[in-house]
Amino acid sequence: MRYLPLTDTDRGDMLAKVGADSIDDLFVDVPEVARLDGPIRDLPMHASEMAVERHMKALAGKNLAAEGRPFFLGAGAYRHHIPASVDHIIQRGEFLTAYTPYQPEIAQGTLQMLFEFQSQVARLYGCAVANASMYDGSTACWEAVAMATRVTKRKRAVLSGALHPHYSEVVRTMAKFTGDVIADARPAIQPEPDSAGLTARIDDETACVVVQYPDILGRVSDLSAVAEAAHAKGALLVVVNTEPVALGACKSPGEMGADIVVGEGQSIGVGLNFGGPYLGLFAVRDPKHVRQMPGRLCGETTDAEGKRGFVLTLSTREQHIRREKATSNICTNSGLCALAFSVHMTLLGEKGLRELAAENHRLACKAADRLEQVPGVKLLNTAFFNEFTLMLDGKPARTIVRELADRGVLGGVSLGRLYPGVEALEQALLVAVTETTTEDDIEALATELEALVKGGAA
Amino acid sequence: MSTSTKSPNASGWKPEMQPDDGLHNGPETTTGNRALMLEEPLLFEIGHAETTGVDLPEIKLGGPSRLGGCERSEPIGLVGLTEPETVRHYTRLSRQNYGIDLGFFPLGSCTMKHNPRLNEKVARLPGFADIHPLAPQHSVQGALEVIHQLGDWLCKLTGMPSVAMSPKAGAHGELCGILAIRAAHEARGDPREVVLVPESAHGTNPATAAFANYRVEDIPATAEGRVDVAALKERLGPDVAGVMITNPNTCGLLEKDFREIADAVHEAGGYVYCDGANFNAIVGRVRPGDLGVDAMHINLHKTFSTPHGGGGPGSGPVVFSDALAPYAPLPFVRRKGDGSFELVEEDEREASRGQAFGRMTAFHGQMGMFTRALTYMLSHGADGLKQVAEDAVLNANYILRSMEDVLHAPFADAGPCMHEALFGDKQFEGGLSTLDLAKGLIDEGYHPMTVYFPLVVHGAMLVEPTETESKATLDQFITAFRSLAERARAGDESLKQAPYYAPRRRLDETAAARKPRLSWVEPEA
Repeated sequence: MRYLPLTDTDRGDMLAKVGADSIDDLFVDVPEVARLDGPIRDLPMHASEMAVERHMKALAGKNLAAEGRPFFLGAGAYRHHIPASVDHIIQRGEFLTAYTPYQPEIAQGTLQMLFEFQSQVARLYGCAVANASMYDGSTACWEAVAMATRVTKRKRAVLSGALHPHYSEVVRTMAKFTGDVIADARPAIQPEPDSAGLTARIDDETACVVVQYPDILGRVSDLSAVAEAAHAKGALLVVVNTEPVALGACKSPGEMGADIVVGEGQSIGVGLNFGGPYLGLFAVRDPKHVRQMPGRLCGETTDAEGKRGFVLTLSTREQHIRREKATSNICTNSGLCALAFSVHMTLLGEKGLRELAAENHRLACKAADRLEQVPGVKLLNTAFFNEFTLMLDGKPARTIVRELADRGVLGGVSLGRLYPGVEALEQALLVAVTETTTEDDIEALATELEALVKGGAA
Repeated sequence: MSTSTKSPNASGWKPEMQPDDGLHNGPETTTGNRALMLEEPLLFEIGHAETTGVDLPEIKLGGPSRLGGCERSEPIGLVGLTEPETVRHYTRLSRQNYGIDLGFFPLGSCTMKHNPRLNEKVARLPGFADIHPLAPQHSVQGALEVIHQLGDWLCKLTGMPSVAMSPKAGAHGELCGILAIRAAHEARGDPREVVLVPESAHGTNPATAAFANYRVEDIPATAEGRVDVAALKERLGPDVAGVMITNPNTCGLLEKDFREIADAVHEAGGYVYCDGANFNAIVGRVRPGDLGVDAMHINLHKTFSTPHGGGGPGSGPVVFSDALAPYAPLPFVRRKGDGSFELVEEDEREASRGQAFGRMTAFHGQMGMFTRALTYMLSHGADGLKQVAEDAVLNANYILRSMEDVLHAPFADAGPCMHEALFGDKQFEGGLSTLDLAKGLIDEGYHPMTVYFPLVVHGAMLVEPTETESKATLDQFITAFRSLAERARAGDESLKQAPYYAPRRRLDETAAARKPRLSWVEPEA
């Protein structure tokens, strides 16, 4: 077998060395009930590289890939152009096949990269310190809530109704078990977020308020008032961002008073990959909160000769030291995705990110203007970055999305899929536009939408 | 042949060839570089705000703005590099890293096996890499089929009826399993308070149980490195929700009484969580379902060869027994009567398994790891995977028996080890420690083994060779490892300063923690 270097001669020699007559002698501790008489049944035997590739290509061929098609899906995962050098760098074996940098003398590559990554994320979020990444945005969101309960010693979290429903579902799931109380709501279908309604729900028991920016309907609004209201009650403001490119054009959450900023970093450097692996980002505005943060942190130090170097630090927060008293059970980060993010962000730089954001916004404005002209289609948002909500007449948006796909247009995400059973949201279609969207794509969506929406109304 | 196992160096170099002129390290260089070993500044020291390596077509800043008054007015503080500078920056950084591609990486409990490149190629097919998680389901049938096929492999390999694919990593999988256990107890109106965890467990086990609001109690180990079955049985009772046991355990031994433990736990109304981190030792040869397991996570990045990536992303699907299957989280993939696949999400919560405890993550799990793991399984097949376990175990035993005369091996008399060999620092002299030996291995060109884990052995050294190493590699390693063990036993002071030849000497971790510098700050002008 091509991945197994031992020869039968080697195996014989080695068995002799260990004093075993056969390999079965090394498995003597397997209880009688669990011994098998051969390879596990009902599974295929080994196959050549060519045969396996053929099998997997056939499966890949059954999917409608985004490339070359009008594509408008977002809702927490965005399709951006990834420079070719990003994938080249993350495939270097020294990065790809390394482990967590527990031996820092021979892991300075990963460690320096993580220090740079943390610095990039902290700046993007307007925060003092970012960690070395989490699994994804949704789990980072829960970790932020858990951290807020530790910091404030309160148990109640108020979630904005316009937080990504998968994120609030993850928070609700975890809270059920930890005993934290979660107050949440559905998004109100209105042009601007209901900030007054949100702040009215903050009370003296509130550990944190969780707000998404831009929110699940694509709306953008200043969060300073929410921050003030939260702080007035002794609560923290947690801001969730699922589209980091937006922060190239919009004020950072830290600037508006967020205490903890978390998000999904996939947009920068990481492909869609059907939902994973992605990249959870986590940062705090005030350095005094660092010791309550979950996850790995990389810090600067010096070696025995006085040279600058980097190590994982403050690990007394973590499970391998603190065991049941750890700040989180998390034992990994999303290292290779963090590398992809950092390389892409390095290629962009300040100038590139601002231009990329401007281009996303320009095309989104263009798309919104065009789509709004389709009869039976209304634009909900007053403000947006690169994603907005359309209200469709006639058939539910979920049906329209399926029919658009049959016509080769991946036309967006229906809110009916994200909020099953909520009638008010059934007609809502979330449309994302990035720099990869062409004007022809926008025209194609408008044309097909016109046919389908009218068809539904008729 | 000029190279023998006595001189584990392909150039023919032997220690006695060292010139005795005090100059063999050469003079210091002006740059601080040493030929191929190149120093690299921080990104923020070489990049500029106005530099970019990405050209976008016809960008007009100051175009339309519908940002609701949230326009950014302050600089972000990022810097950029052009493409050639970027490629060089990261290439130089990469060369300060040790990876499996470069050499032997026997990090116990982490299963650092070769990462086949076919996996990488397949994961990048546009049909897998360029599809959106919320795309209409009929447009992503192949992706759902991959998840289904992989789940089917995992069920058959473990002998378990059901699987949850969404957990993002091993510890996330543990949480998934423990939450299912809590949900099952609560569903029958019997919320329990205690989870029993052996002293030798991974730190994630007690952290996970605590996270799910359980009180964690230790189970002692026997002198031969296994769970003390009598003590465990003694502790079982109506307050015990379950046990979390790693099998094979972190001492590298199979828990031979696992079935007996499982039966006792079940009889006391509890559930059995098995930490599957060490599945590589038994994959294709033993099915945990036959041992009475109720839930077990599988690290696709260990047993099934998906890359560790410098610390993630991992992937931790969880297999469930019939007793826990109804509580598995959403979403999951189901095969319909007509042969097509569907994703069961919140809208079908009632119609589906009914009692799903909730959702672990946005979307459906680590698809990029699923395609790699399935590719690996298909390559090996049932016969190849059995051989994987056998070669992994043989390699570990070979190391154990090649070292036990020079290094304390606390459980060597207990019989064969599984896929990892455990040693301790009992015989070291002159104040030398496990850490010193590990740093010495770095100078010899190896990544050290896992050190100071498990906690039940003083100065633990856990060596996991995996099945993808040749006998020649093991022989070379053993020569170096024996020599270091002998130096440690002789109290060789020079080891205390190792490594000498790595990109950095020992780093001051105390200073790093005392005054944390976690983000770049511009030096004062």
